[in-house]
Amino acid sequence: MSGGRDMNAIDRALERWEGTASRRDFLKSSGLFVFGLSAPGAAGEGLAAQPAADGPYPDPDFLQLDSWLVVHEDGSATFYVGKTDGGQGTGTATRQMMCDELDLAFDRATVVMGRTDLTVDQGGSGGSDAIERDAMVGRRIAAEARRVLLEMASERFGAPVEELRVSEGVISLGSDPSRTVTYGELIGGRRFDVALTGANINQTAGVASIKPVQDLKLVGQSIPRYDIPAKVDGSFEWAVDVNLPGMVHARNVRPPFAGATLTGVDESSVSGMPGFLRVVREGNYVAVVCEREEQAIEAAEGLAVTWEKPATAPFPASDDLFDYLRSAEPEPNLGGRWAAEVEGDPDAALASAATVVEAAYDVPFQGHTAIGPAHALADPSDGQMTIYTNDMKPYSHRTGIAEFLGLAPERVRVIWMEGPQLYGRTAADDAGFEAAYLAKELGRPVRVQWMRHEETAWDTKGPAFAIDLRGGLDADGNLVALDYRGRIANYAHVGYNQARTVLIAQLMGLRPERPAPGGAGGPDAMYHVPNRREETRAVRLPLVFETPLRTGNLRDPNGPQITFAAESFIDELAAAADADPVEFRLRLLRRATDDDEIFRRARSVAVVEAAAKAYGWDARPSPARVGSGRLLTGRGIAYAYRARTTVAVIAEVEVDRETGQVRVPRMVCAHDCGLVINPDGLENTIQGNLLHGISRTLYEEVRFDTEKVTSVDWRTHPTLTHRDTPERIDVVVVNGDPNPDRPDLPPYGAGEPSHKPVPAAIANAVHDATGVRIRRLPLRPERVLAELEAAGV
Amino acid sequence: MRETTLTVNGETHTLDVDPATPLLYVLRNDLGLRGPRFGCGLAQCGTCTVLMDGRPIRSCILPVSRTRGGITTLEGLPEDGKLHPVQQAWIEEQVPQCGFCQNGQILTAAAMLDANPNPSDDEIRRGMNPILCRCMTYFRIQSAVKRAAAAMAETEADR
Repeated sequence: MSGGRDMNAIDRALERWEGTASRRDFLKSSGLFVFGLSAPGAAGEGLAAQPAADGPYPDPDFLQLDSWLVVHEDGSATFYVGKTDGGQGTGTATRQMMCDELDLAFDRATVVMGRTDLTVDQGGSGGSDAIERDAMVGRRIAAEARRVLLEMASERFGAPVEELRVSEGVISLGSDPSRTVTYGELIGGRRFDVALTGANINQTAGVASIKPVQDLKLVGQSIPRYDIPAKVDGSFEWAVDVNLPGMVHARNVRPPFAGATLTGVDESSVSGMPGFLRVVREGNYVAVVCEREEQAIEAAEGLAVTWEKPATAPFPASDDLFDYLRSAEPEPNLGGRWAAEVEGDPDAALASAATVVEAAYDVPFQGHTAIGPAHALADPSDGQMTIYTNDMKPYSHRTGIAEFLGLAPERVRVIWMEGPQLYGRTAADDAGFEAAYLAKELGRPVRVQWMRHEETAWDTKGPAFAIDLRGGLDADGNLVALDYRGRIANYAHVGYNQARTVLIAQLMGLRPERPAPGGAGGPDAMYHVPNRREETRAVRLPLVFETPLRTGNLRDPNGPQITFAAESFIDELAAAADADPVEFRLRLLRRATDDDEIFRRARSVAVVEAAAKAYGWDARPSPARVGSGRLLTGRGIAYAYRARTTVAVIAEVEVDRETGQVRVPRMVCAHDCGLVINPDGLENTIQGNLLHGISRTLYEEVRFDTEKVTSVDWRTHPTLTHRDTPERIDVVVVNGDPNPDRPDLPPYGAGEPSHKPVPAAIANAVHDATGVRIRRLPLRPERVLAELEAAGV
Repeated sequence: MRETTLTVNGETHTLDVDPATPLLYVLRNDLGLRGPRFGCGLAQCGTCTVLMDGRPIRSCILPVSRTRGGITTLEGLPEDGKLHPVQQAWIEEQVPQCGFCQNGQILTAAAMLDANPNPSDDEIRRGMNPILCRCMTYFRIQSAVKRAAAAMAETEADR
């Protein structure tokens, strides 16, 4: 971003800022109005003021301390964070970490997140890195601010910094505690004017060191999330709530068949409807704009449109998908992360193995199906473009929309506000592009919201996988060879807010230079297998663009699919070796004694052992002796790591042999994400990951025929409900670091890792209960029943 | 257009809207309320829930002309400036993640406890089952319902 920064614009803005009472006052004194985007927190806050409507909106400079942190006259502070909180409490956790370094009480600070005109570009959300990476930058910035404040106090008292004490924003003289000065008195409302260093934003730092973990006071506390009270009393302002004067409403009209070509629009079919304003059409993109929201819905439904089906079927039906994936020629191996990873000689080892196990696993396309569909509001006032959105990556949203509309990025700003989850769906928020396009066309603020059938059918999908595995055991039951071959329906992965891959761009006929096949590695496990091959190849479906089977990132992208196959297969191998599944895994982990710099092997052993202990695991091979009653019970384990976090999950299941219904009454999750910032927030996040995992295991599948997606609502795309909730969930927080008390213990990501092993843990438990191995997700009752009947259970 | 009279959170409003307009859009766009939100428009998810004379209904499909009785939204649940015990329990249990569905969860729980102050675990599951949550906060919601029931029983006993 530094390359494209308009230094003159920043200098001008900072010049105007100079000498003003506070950043907020600066905004006010520039003739701005305070907009009702309240950041709940300290009194007198609500810093989300709207800069001049005439723009431009230059990027905040990440090499200036003032871009990150402002101390107000009352001694409170505002932190500017270039991330977005999808409901896992990363805003609260970041505030805890920064307050701790600054030595400020938690309730004396507020956080502003994800506004491209006010917060530095930390990329928004993705990869569960908010705490692991970005909040660590925040800690360094806050530490630097504290250092500068101490120097100012040192000068004021005429005493060296070493003789000063700091507590909750008050600095006192050690030798005379009656002499105090507050942060507000030292700098309140004024700029630090301190330059930071760093080759990129993630390396930004001052000269101060961060505190040893042992000195942190707020980190490690279950401080209640600051956003929850307003979400509970109805006062919270979401992106869906923004209402601007002159705003109008739009609804899209989607092709009824995938790959269809628009052949005609009869505007007269709706032009007499109350509130009708415009039909906007470009290529295969069609939208209707009306004064009121319900009018737009009715007009979009009533618009007479004719479409021509494509000459060839866009995709095989969902029931035929896996045959297609296995028989179609995969795309060429492109090298890099696409190359097969080979260790040892897997073919020779398989040929000489005492026992060879083979199995094939299938995972369908799964959608995000957010509880609220895509939505955004775009305001084109004064030749600028402001987008109110829940896009989790507001910075690329801004540059993508600027490119799409042919506007200079400085004239576009994105104001992130909370919405229904994120989980990768809003890394390319289609509605923001649509709203901006329509706002430009109409010259007034336009709000777009998708309907349920659009969201479920047309949101981005987690790709389908067909995975073939072979494993070889020696005479002692040791795994000596593993061959993993994945086929992934991910030929044109949707990027982050790219001007040519968002849905409106595709429908308008824009195309990227080339499709971006989504890559995938092999299983994420620290098992020592001397001979191993892992290869994943992308398979192209006939329709590449304008397809409702657009693939994008879905929580822990590819992880649950790969791990379902890999960790189910480990259980199959354990059964073939007549070994207990926990013991078999521990043996595989311990067969090597080397470790990496973050002790992932030791920490893998630690979570597997901790999960087994917490569950009360009795060692025996699976399956259990199958009972004779209607309900069969069993337990299964799966383990994985994601990036630097290790996790093991045990699921207990009940399988109803009359209905095929699987229930998960109990789950245990042992989790090592290093330093824990907010234990209650972590627990909530893990609970959500586990239940989302149960939902994807038991219910979720995008269904389609050879013309269109037929999963269009909550009946045709079922999800986990209250009735399915486990009665007991035990979260065991492990710190498997060989020195768990080291002062530099880092936090690792927790937003996704515990999602990864859930499908395998449940499938392993179903096998334990019934002796039947189900190798295809989801485990809906009809499939389970058919498999039980086929096996004579 | 014809005039429609609505009582929402104790206040009466007279509005000039198409009588077929679903109540949800009137509440949100004409009255500026933020509690009920669009989730599906099909009465399948519960995100748009409001109370009509104390009973949960789906405002996304109810024509405004068919509204009978007083409407209570999430904003209207507190009494005398004090959060409803269900809302309080939601904070104490730190229930929400994104929070988008919690309007329907909270109002459904409040209505359920109104009719059945001491529900069993199974009754809670069945009573709450129609309201979907895609962050899957069900576990904490159920804990919070129990906490609210206990708090309400205690208040009742103190009377």
